[in-house]
Amino acid sequence: MKRVALKGIFGRKLRTALTAFSVILGVAMVTGSFVLTDTMSKAFDSIFSSSYDKTDVVVSGRSLVDWSDQGNALVSDGLLRQVRALPSVDAAAGEILDLNSSANTAHLIDRDGEIVTGNGNPTFGLGVDPSQPKFNPLKLKEGRFATAPGEVVVDASSASRLGFHVGELVRVAVGGPVRSFRLVGIAQYGDVDTIGSATMAIFDVRQAQRLLSKPGYDVIMVDGRPGVSNDELIRDIESLLPANAQVRTAAEQATADKKGVSEFIDFIRYALLGFGVIALFVGAFVIFNTLSITVAQRTRELATLRTLGATRPQVLGSVVLEALAVGLTASLIGIAAGIGIAKGLTALFAAADLDLPRSAMVFETRTWVVALLLGTTVTLLASIAPAIRATRVSAIAAVREGATLPRGRFARLSFPISVALLGLAVAVLGYGLFVPGVSAFGRVLSLALGTLALFVSVAIVSTRLVTPFARVLGWPAARFGGAAGRLARGNAVRMPGRTAATAAALMVGLALVTFVTVMGKGLQSSERDAVVRQIDADYVVVSQNGWTTLPAVVGQNASQAPGVQVSSSIRRERGRVLGHSVDVSGVDPKTIDQVFHLEWSEGSPLVLQSLGPKDAIVRKSFADEFGFARGGQFLVRTPTGLMMNLRVAAIYDPPRFDSMLGSVVVPQSTFDRFFDRPSDALTLVWSDAPRSTLAAALAAYPDARVVSDDTFVDERVAEIDGIINVLYALLALSVIVSLFGMVNTLVLAVYERTREIGMLRAVGLTRRQTRRMIRHESVVTALIGAALGLPIGILLAGAVTHALADYDVSLSIPVGSLVVFAVIAVIAGVAAAVLPARRASRLNVLEALQYE
Amino acid sequence: MSVVELRAPQPGPEPPAEAIVSIEKVTRRYGEGDTAVDALRGVSLEIERGKLTAVMGPSGSGKSTLMHILAGLDRPTDGRVVLDGVDITSMSDKKLTIFRRQKIGFVFQFFNLLPMLTAEENVVLPLDIAGEKIDREWLDELLVTVGIDKRRKHRPSELSGGQQQRVAIARGLVSNPAVLFADEPTGNLDSTTSKDVLRVLRNAVDDLGQTTVMVTHDAGAASMADRILFIADGRIVQDLRESTAREVLAAMQEVTGR
Repeated sequence: MKRVALKGIFGRKLRTALTAFSVILGVAMVTGSFVLTDTMSKAFDSIFSSSYDKTDVVVSGRSLVDWSDQGNALVSDGLLRQVRALPSVDAAAGEILDLNSSANTAHLIDRDGEIVTGNGNPTFGLGVDPSQPKFNPLKLKEGRFATAPGEVVVDASSASRLGFHVGELVRVAVGGPVRSFRLVGIAQYGDVDTIGSATMAIFDVRQAQRLLSKPGYDVIMVDGRPGVSNDELIRDIESLLPANAQVRTAAEQATADKKGVSEFIDFIRYALLGFGVIALFVGAFVIFNTLSITVAQRTRELATLRTLGATRPQVLGSVVLEALAVGLTASLIGIAAGIGIAKGLTALFAAADLDLPRSAMVFETRTWVVALLLGTTVTLLASIAPAIRATRVSAIAAVREGATLPRGRFARLSFPISVALLGLAVAVLGYGLFVPGVSAFGRVLSLALGTLALFVSVAIVSTRLVTPFARVLGWPAARFGGAAGRLARGNAVRMPGRTAATAAALMVGLALVTFVTVMGKGLQSSERDAVVRQIDADYVVVSQNGWTTLPAVVGQNASQAPGVQVSSSIRRERGRVLGHSVDVSGVDPKTIDQVFHLEWSEGSPLVLQSLGPKDAIVRKSFADEFGFARGGQFLVRTPTGLMMNLRVAAIYDPPRFDSMLGSVVVPQSTFDRFFDRPSDALTLVWSDAPRSTLAAALAAYPDARVVSDDTFVDERVAEIDGIINVLYALLALSVIVSLFGMVNTLVLAVYERTREIGMLRAVGLTRRQTRRMIRHESVVTALIGAALGLPIGILLAGAVTHALADYDVSLSIPVGSLVVFAVIAVIAGVAAAVLPARRASRLNVLEALQYE
Repeated sequence: MSVVELRAPQPGPEPPAEAIVSIEKVTRRYGEGDTAVDALRGVSLEIERGKLTAVMGPSGSGKSTLMHILAGLDRPTDGRVVLDGVDITSMSDKKLTIFRRQKIGFVFQFFNLLPMLTAEENVVLPLDIAGEKIDREWLDELLVTVGIDKRRKHRPSELSGGQQQRVAIARGLVSNPAVLFADEPTGNLDSTTSKDVLRVLRNAVDDLGQTTVMVTHDAGAASMADRILFIADGRIVQDLRESTAREVLAAMQEVTGR
């Protein structure tokens, strides 16, 4: 029987290949996600560990607040001297080195005078002590390190990309207006070949301190005397530390540094994996369908085996073995393809200047084990039902002509079971979406499982829907397609189970695409709404990437530009309240009301006039969460460890979708007193003069950008667009798999109906009409898929929107897009029919009539 | 159509031979109540060991149903079926399947060969399924006997109809079954090829002592049998010893009333 199974695969090469293809794509996606993210992770690993290559222990500020803009507390020069004086310490150096926060930003200016933004990659400024090369994380490739104030060293890939040569003057904007420096060297960060499109400007440490306004060091790197253990070293140093500093081994420090990036990579990994799993899920539909059809076609063969004495378990084993062999082979091919995808994606990003740090491709054991298991398991699971049906073939079918597969014992129950499953799916979805107090992980799990169950149950239930749907959706074909169209409509209804399974594959892809589109539109309109409700100005001054902050001096310059009537800046940093990290905003109470619309919950614009140094305006959601009322007192801890003692003067209730002010709003004077290097998220301006005048006033600060308020809103909305496009690209894979499934089913159906098609041709159906018939069938099936998928997508989007009611997300149905999707479904149907239609029309009539 | 006439018709009872398949008062009913149809009505019959028995009848007479029940492919609504001493009437599907491996061989009208296996692989398939070892000598002998050994490595698509049927016969014989059942074995073949195939079947009976039951509507094929049963409306209506094709045709006319 093994021989029967394995030889069977080769006997049906085309069908096997089409089945395998769906698994290959899904497994490739899974493999690619792992390889890509593992490689990214390794690259970042080497960057962060390069920082402390020859160091034993590192002294740095404690991380007291998550995601702070300006980073942790500095360590002082005095501390450095004390550490050096310790008997257990051999050498120590203070460096300006912060790869995590945006405090050490340095922008290079290219030969055309344009600012180099790194395309989303960070642009670092570093300060190294040239007299302590041991602690220098950089390796010189040319020239020397900066020792004097006007000197700079640039990283190798940026230098080559921008055409900088040692000895020439380069312009850099670091901590203030653009200045010229002499390029005295080119360096590489540790052993890392490339840091992607990120840029580094490396100064002498004293110069960096001055430029970045840092009266201390980010880190003190320490080397212990030979024979002194790290633990000893740490103990000795700890006794010298202030409360807001810490000392760790180099390895621990590197791990901590990498934490933010690790979380980001993890997120990408699971998102990509999710899409791979979706593709595999769609593939399962395709495999199920294909196998069901081939089992039906092999009825006589299976019956013969039974007459020869093969027991039911043997038949089951044979079909399952076939599926297993195909799944295994397809998974192996998929793994190879996945590696190719990862390489391709990396090259694609590099070409699009979206370069990330690279390292040699990492292919962990876990990757191929998971990919293999997933691909094989999915194929196996999808094959169980058809395999069981195969065992239902009785020996007597070997003698009967045109025998059809008997319905299983449970076939009658399939409809009630699927309805029950549908109910269960809705319940699980409801739980994940609406029940309060469920953990984030629990929600994601419920959503995933619920959606899965939803698709499976709708696929089964849809068998009953095929007939009415086909009647309606096939009406144009029947009305305008002549005989071919009428035949097509009839064919779709003949085997509703098969039509439903084919349509189901497309349904999943379309439902998800619809979901993304509807959610996206809703998010966009919520964002537009939110921003428009808050911003009330002519112009907005913001950084190039729209998110990082600008030094306060930019806002000051803006306010002095010609034509400016009102200019108000909004400071931003993070603070810690009762264990939670929150946004803290600093506003100018005299001007904020003229450029920003505050919606009061408790309070009024009058509060602004009497805002004292210890007063704060807090967001309603924040007040509710912590139980603060007007007049209440609370403490805010800054990233450097200072404590702000504040009183709730008023409560404001911003659009919950995107509040441009933080949970805690204080006067700028208070903000500037407590937070280091205060910087602005936005500066809002009313001006008589044109935009260019204001832009010219800020020319010395190339990271600053002046946009009209409309443009600002459009940009914020467009970012959501960008995310949606990425999601579309990821979903495209699943849609491709389902299209392949459609082609597969149609080809098999043509095989199966060879005799019938021969008969039709014999009684006068032309080749053309035959092709049209197949095409119409395909289109009707695709439209059924759309008719199922689009409503599901809308429903899911509606449910999620409702669940996010707390965040003011609105539901907005883009009818235009939905029509486009339906049209695309039609086109897909036509495209999927090309190959099968040709086959059908090319059948030799006489041979077809005798086809067995 | 030229017909092979073997021996002169012999009237009168034959000395009793061993029965290898016997059925007692077998009825096969399809459907229920008013719309029930009886394909077989209380048929009792014994198939003799070592002989070629033909079953003939017009369409709808129940001849195929009779064979299916004799072969254990179908269960009777009433009555008993005993094959090689074993009562298979209410045997479980699993036991019956295993029983089939050793005791029953089949030859079908449409050959029913597995298209992806070679001729040789098709022949040994029953043994393969049973997990038994193949006696190479026996296999070679069998392939030579049916005349297919020169094409043993070919796939069914590369063989003519007659060759395929011969492969099927070899497959039916490979496990030395108690009974070989042939369902319209020449139904898909032309007259010359039919003669060849029938000769192979006849030789198997004569040389190997293989008990064979053949359902056919072809008088020429029936004339090669040792015994011809005529069935109409679910009942055995005539039981002839070996006859010429002419006699067969005459009996058929009687049976069908035409």
